[in-house]
Amino acid sequence: MLVSFADEVQLSWDLVADLQQLFAYHFMQNAFLAGTLVALAAGAVGYFMVLRSQSFAGHTLAQAGFPGALGAALLGYSPVLGLIGFGVGAALLIGVLSARESKGQDSAIGIVLAFSLGLGLLFIRLSHANNTTGLYSLLFGSVLGVSDGDLGPIALTTLVTLVTLAVVARPLLFASLDPEVAAAKGVPVRLLALLFLVLLAFAVAEAVKIVGVLLIFALLVTPAAIAQELTARPALSVGVSVLLALVFTWSGLAIGYFTPYPVGFFITSFAFGTYVLVRLTRAAYTRSARRKSAVREGALVL
Amino acid sequence: MTRISTGADSAPLDSTDAQSLPQSLADVSPAREVVLAGEHAGVRLGGRAIWRDMSFEIYSGEFIAILGPNGAGKSTLLKVLLGMLPLSEGSVRVLGEPVKRGNARVGYLPQRRSFESDVCVRGCDVVRLGLDGGRWGIPLPGVRRLWGGDLHAREASARVEEVIDLVGASHYAQRPIGELSGGEQQRLLIAQALVTRPRILLLDEPLESLDLNNQQIVSALIRRVSQEQQVTVLMVAHDVNPILSSLDRVLYLGRNQTALGTPQEVITSETLSLLYDAPIEVLRTRDGRIVVVGQPEEVSHARQLR
Repeated sequence: MLVSFADEVQLSWDLVADLQQLFAYHFMQNAFLAGTLVALAAGAVGYFMVLRSQSFAGHTLAQAGFPGALGAALLGYSPVLGLIGFGVGAALLIGVLSARESKGQDSAIGIVLAFSLGLGLLFIRLSHANNTTGLYSLLFGSVLGVSDGDLGPIALTTLVTLVTLAVVARPLLFASLDPEVAAAKGVPVRLLALLFLVLLAFAVAEAVKIVGVLLIFALLVTPAAIAQELTARPALSVGVSVLLALVFTWSGLAIGYFTPYPVGFFITSFAFGTYVLVRLTRAAYTRSARRKSAVREGALVL
Repeated sequence: MTRISTGADSAPLDSTDAQSLPQSLADVSPAREVVLAGEHAGVRLGGRAIWRDMSFEIYSGEFIAILGPNGAGKSTLLKVLLGMLPLSEGSVRVLGEPVKRGNARVGYLPQRRSFESDVCVRGCDVVRLGLDGGRWGIPLPGVRRLWGGDLHAREASARVEEVIDLVGASHYAQRPIGELSGGEQQRLLIAQALVTRPRILLLDEPLESLDLNNQQIVSALIRRVSQEQQVTVLMVAHDVNPILSSLDRVLYLGRNQTALGTPQEVITSETLSLLYDAPIEVLRTRDGRIVVVGQPEEVSHARQLR
């Protein structure tokens, strides 16, 4: 499955032919479909994750999927079910363990992270060694190995995640920015925090299929972080975040198809490159704006 | 006459003694509306009585400072009025009704750290959340038009703009709130508290962490809003001096006792000594500032003069 197709497909100047090549194989159609669904959920959930500074929680929920997928495979179930099950379980566990503190879930998250990695170690031993391919694809993603059977759960997860997020969007934004006033206004802040962790677990479980446990932040953090650099309008920012996640996924898949190198590398590289570019542009813009205002005030600019 | 209620002596407070009130209040007819009323109210947290047997009547448009040492239950009192903490005894009525959480006629500004510098959400969005941040679902432009919701959205935007204008934050409300100064953020947060047109404003140390200049701007803003819009303001304060000239009355929470009255009555050596159960000396400087000396381990009222 991980064999390169670079020998058989050639990139040309004929865009239509390139696109035809790109979608010639069923596995690529599946990859694009799954990638699109995952990017939709990851981009939207990622916005709130970055806003709430819960990257560590996202990381832990991804790691919790690792023993989840291994354990499910051991028992003969689909790894996707294990990913989602363990992710949601870890989300609830973090929520319960950190229920008493208003903030600083850090220790609760760390405890869950360590335990899930320990479980993962046990499951690797139990799964009779020579399953390194499965392990590898779990850690770094196997977007080219998305089967027809995987698409259903992925689509359902995206749908549930996006609909739930749309319903709670405003109170969640309020609770994320201003928890005390939100609580005084009757917003169920605690419940929303728990619900958001579950939504995050959904998005993470899906994304593991595409970019793997280790590269997950390329879709969850980077697009949202770039979007927040670009605009301070919440609705627009979510849109930009989703769009960027889609662009990174699509271009990563396309380039990965025409070259012998892994898709995950291209997705993370595009994300990283864009982030650096945006930061540099903004820094230059801020500097020139500051210089202009300094000139206006008659200051000497060196 | 200063009214002092003690934990031991549970006699209810006398009705307001008109002569003890400042001129502006004494002029008002006795039929003045009571917006906040407590009857023998008490709160216990973790088995410890924070305060008890507190009875008070607060009138429409009054500007009241809540003073007292750390741990006297000043923030607790605001949380009780917001319905976020239950009373263990007695009762409290807000605008003639029992307290309920999420009352749009009560605005709240919690004791607060400022927004982190990387919070990339516009100030006006934060203000808007005060108006409809509790609502579920997101408004879709197409659906909204079907049942005339567009009008509602336009009204909401107009209200947000109006209140931002009121606090004088129009020229920076479009910028990310994390980039703004503490004083600018505080003005926007006051706008957020005011956006639902509340009758009562509960402010928890709004001047804390502001420099002197911004303290004056923000306290002048609060006084103006209180007078122009007839909003009753209850402000928890560490230092009474920046707001002394605006105050109608002071609610002083001491050890097991509380006192409610004009600053001249309550912040005296005699009354504070009684409240703290320790010798306290109150000095008045020539420019009208109050310096409290002798408070055991507590922050003094005159931190500026330190």
